Amino acid sequence: MAGQGHLQIDSVSKAFRVNGAPLNVLDSVDLSVAPGEFLTIVGASGCGKSTLLRLIAGLDTEFAGNVVLDGKRVIEPSLDRGLVFQEPRLFPWLTVAQNVALGLLNAGLSKAQKSRSVAEHIALVGLTGFQDAYPHLLSGGMAQRAAIARGLVNRPGVLLLDEPFGSLDALTRARLQDELQRIWAAEGITMLLVTHDVEEAVYLGDRVVVMAPGPGRIAATFDVPQPRPRDRANPALARLQDRVMAALVSTTSEQSPAPHAASRPALAARAFLPEQGFRPI
Amino acid sequence: MTRHLRGAVLPMLLLATWEAASRAHLVDPRLVPSPELVAYTAFDQVVHEGLLRNLAASLLRDVAGFTLGSSLGVMIGTVLGLSRIADRLFMPSFNGLRQIAILAWIPLISIWFGEGEAAKVVFIMAAALIPVVLNTHEGMCGASAKLVDVARTLTFTRWQLVTKLYLPSALPSIATGVHLALIYAWVASIGSEYFMTVGPGIGGLIIAGRERFQMDLVILGILILGLVGFLINRGASAVEARLLRWRDT
Repeated sequence: MAGQGHLQIDSVSKAFRVNGAPLNVLDSVDLSVAPGEFLTIVGASGCGKSTLLRLIAGLDTEFAGNVVLDGKRVIEPSLDRGLVFQEPRLFPWLTVAQNVALGLLNAGLSKAQKSRSVAEHIALVGLTGFQDAYPHLLSGGMAQRAAIARGLVNRPGVLLLDEPFGSLDALTRARLQDELQRIWAAEGITMLLVTHDVEEAVYLGDRVVVMAPGPGRIAATFDVPQPRPRDRANPALARLQDRVMAALVSTTSEQSPAPHAASRPALAARAFLPEQGFRPI
Repeated sequence: MTRHLRGAVLPMLLLATWEAASRAHLVDPRLVPSPELVAYTAFDQVVHEGLLRNLAASLLRDVAGFTLGSSLGVMIGTVLGLSRIADRLFMPSFNGLRQIAILAWIPLISIWFGEGEAAKVVFIMAAALIPVVLNTHEGMCGASAKLVDVARTLTFTRWQLVTKLYLPSALPSIATGVHLALIYAWVASIGSEYFMTVGPGIGGLIIAGRERFQMDLVILGILILGLVGFLINRGASAVEARLLRWRDT
């Protein structure tokens, strides 16, 4: 089932209709993600980064341009693309193992293969011993681990992560970032992680894409050449964080030209506001 | 355990008051027979008059009407909850129809379904149907859009969406409806015996007691109704707790 994981995004634009008027949320986004690459996208609230992820996932198919994975155009959700949301979104009436097994519901494996794969992925995210627990018994971090296992269990070519650690406490977040890095190295799949946390984006990414809002577009791209495993205290990483942060701040300054948003000043102003948790290093 | 004992305090107190009032001749024994007489009548009815057959007749009717009504109710509620067109088409009429007191249907049901058992079961079915349709519908509409997104990324088929997402997430609501249906069906079972043709059943027993001015029989019937209702409620709560153990309560 595991594909190459080569993702190609060609001049993707997307508009929502707000009170009958079109509001551009994405404006000709071009992006190429190499197989096995860990790409992080960082941007202020309203830059369309989550929308972009939904388009890649195939949840929203009304857009201009093309999303192509391993030569195939994305027209609907597929098990080739796993998606992890900000909240764990586990089915509360199913145990951890049953929730993870949902990822294999339509995978066409035998029962034995499925249960082996589920057990493997529960072990991979460090939840062995909790497979029969119901979600309400899990901590936020454990629930998110289960959600990651559900996204990975089918061995997708690409795993899309939409601010997966955004609602966790700092300690759990740091631990899960390390876990995710380990899983990425072990599974060798392409990962695309959206975040508003610059530190997280630089620490995890092979490449960091900075998106600007109003309408959402790519403002800058940074390579992160540091070898792994990385050290959070590495001064080179810190310097890069400063540069990414500077690029990010410049996307939200008032002078930033936004021809499409100019006609809707009130909405645009709200979209420019940085999110909470947006910290100046 | 002490919780159950506390619940028994009030009935015991009532029983003691009843006994004391009878002993002291504070009440007319023709209107309020003594507990002993009721107990004797119960014994006599079980041994000589086939009380258990009457009870079985009522319960059978109850179970038949309840089963038909609640399963039909889950089906109708599911369709109304999942199909926007069906919802728009039928929900207003259904909401209008249910405003009509269930007892008002008895003359029509009697005429359409005859004097016998079928009419009674149809009446009980209608009583059980309404709460199940409403609660199932509500549960279906309350399914989380966020979980629907998860299901879509996992490429659920339409059938999997219904069986793996909508039905389980509506289950607490459906359980509430079915629980109500159990109570309504039992009330309707007795109602059907009161207002439709007389036949075997606890309702029939009470009617017979009234006609023969045997208050001991009437009181016995009422006690049985209460006891059965109490047990049904208990059983339903236990099943509900088991089915919904995943809930964070």
